[in-house]
Amino acid sequence: MLSKRIKGRLFVGFTAFCAFIGVAAVAWILGTIIWGGASHITWQFLSAAPTEGMTEGGIFPAIFGTFMLVIIMSIVGVPVGTITAIYLSEYTNRQSKLAQVIRFAVNTLAGIPAIVFGLFGLGFFIQFTGGHLDRLFYSGELHWSQPNILWASLTLALLTLPVVIVSVEEAIKTVPRELREASLALGATRWETIWNVVLPGSFSGILTGAILAVSRGAGEVAPILFTGAAYFLPHLPTQFSDQFMELGYHVFIMTTQSTDVEKTIGIQYATTLVLLALTFTLNFSAIALRARLRKRTAA
Amino acid sequence: MTDSNKTLKLTVRDLNLHYGIKHALQDVSIDIREHRVTAFIGPSGCGKSTFLRTLNRMNDLIDGVKIKGSVKLDGQDIYANGVDTVELRKRVGMIFQKSNPFPKSIYENVAYGPRIHGLKDKATLDALVEKSLRQAAIWDEVKDELHKSALALSGGQQQRLCIARALAVDPEVLLMDEPASALDPLATSKIEELVYELKDRYTIVIVTHNMQQAARVSDDTAFFYMGKLIEFDATERIFTSPKERQTEDYITGRFG
Repeated sequence: MLSKRIKGRLFVGFTAFCAFIGVAAVAWILGTIIWGGASHITWQFLSAAPTEGMTEGGIFPAIFGTFMLVIIMSIVGVPVGTITAIYLSEYTNRQSKLAQVIRFAVNTLAGIPAIVFGLFGLGFFIQFTGGHLDRLFYSGELHWSQPNILWASLTLALLTLPVVIVSVEEAIKTVPRELREASLALGATRWETIWNVVLPGSFSGILTGAILAVSRGAGEVAPILFTGAAYFLPHLPTQFSDQFMELGYHVFIMTTQSTDVEKTIGIQYATTLVLLALTFTLNFSAIALRARLRKRTAA
Repeated sequence: MTDSNKTLKLTVRDLNLHYGIKHALQDVSIDIREHRVTAFIGPSGCGKSTFLRTLNRMNDLIDGVKIKGSVKLDGQDIYANGVDTVELRKRVGMIFQKSNPFPKSIYENVAYGPRIHGLKDKATLDALVEKSLRQAAIWDEVKDELHKSALALSGGQQQRLCIARALAVDPEVLLMDEPASALDPLATSKIEELVYELKDRYTIVIVTHNMQQAARVSDDTAFFYMGKLIEFDATERIFTSPKERQTEDYITGRFG
């Protein structure tokens, strides 16, 4: 039999080991990606298009596509999420049935697997919405009923909506009740109070929500798989109905669909590194913003 | 009541307020005279602040509050159907216990109300901001830093700024909910002087837990206890010869 003391020590060691797994995984992932990709990152790589059947050249179209994707996504998702958060916290009673239903829906939305969003986008945006648009305005000619950057962005906006709602709502809660009362007591309407007092007070929360949504959205491949991402395009997207290349998707196709996977390994590492750098930067700025917001609230 | 022929600004009849299962105000009836200072006194939780908030319908914002009875401002029931709370709150301003300036500049704080109500002209606005700050006896202290954050001011200055902000929308009645309870004696006496000066132009209702303050600033005093208006009379009489035993016990410091 082991003594109590040794058992205790073993347990401490075991818990420390488990905790270390997470750290080791991050270190391993970052290490390999930087090791394999850093030497590939050149100005040329960042600014040029792929060449030689995508075994040479750069990834500029994928970077450009990713930016356009998240920009359109934010333009749609951030206002909708913000307005939902305003509705939930300013116009509904916490206990009301309606608020509970909305909250439940938002939580459920947050738990739906990304691939399901992809399939929903295909079914709802491309086939249903796009199909109807084409029948109505283009006499059935394929125009909107095929994958494009708009449908992909909208699908992604839906996926990131809960992130925006939650962080804006959290920020709205930090605006003191006294300030709302001050505004209302001066004869301001609820809307004027929201616009002049609540929203300026939650600005950093809205920004945090937007950044988190972008960083979440930029890393997802599944939702854009059927809704707009393209294997290779000779041109950059210039219209909503254009398809686009995207960083995560680029990694995916290079590892699974390339004509010469071996030859593209360096590009894969470097593309992953660019994607990680992008999402990390966004995440860290969101964390910094949130910390500032918390500090201000505590003061 | 002394010179009872003065115009009545607010008349409240049989006001009952329920908050959930709590009967927070019971059959309150009171007449508030124009251009007079009326003080509400009573121990914590007696309903004096809740009652104050029924006078500009601020309780409407709280879920679960039910109000019966009538509150008339210049003879018009403010709880009647179709009464615009925006218009009402323009006429009945409020100063809160904790000074609550917006995290904006001093100027922007005072200009907030007039802007909301549609005043755009810069010169008119400037003049109104100055006039309001002067009325609130804070102009000389802040005139050179109108564009500094209001949050940089001291507690007493913040409260006078809040008074200026309320005055800027040109109300007829000012409701003050323990406006000096968080302030030091010097800042408190400034607020009290201000109350005294403002009553020429406004009708003032002030909630206070400080009996000396009630005695110093008010013309009429109402004593609340457990949701009921126990006694209401000229301040002088309340403090020298109260009719009710509970009032006497309270003002002589036997409870509360």
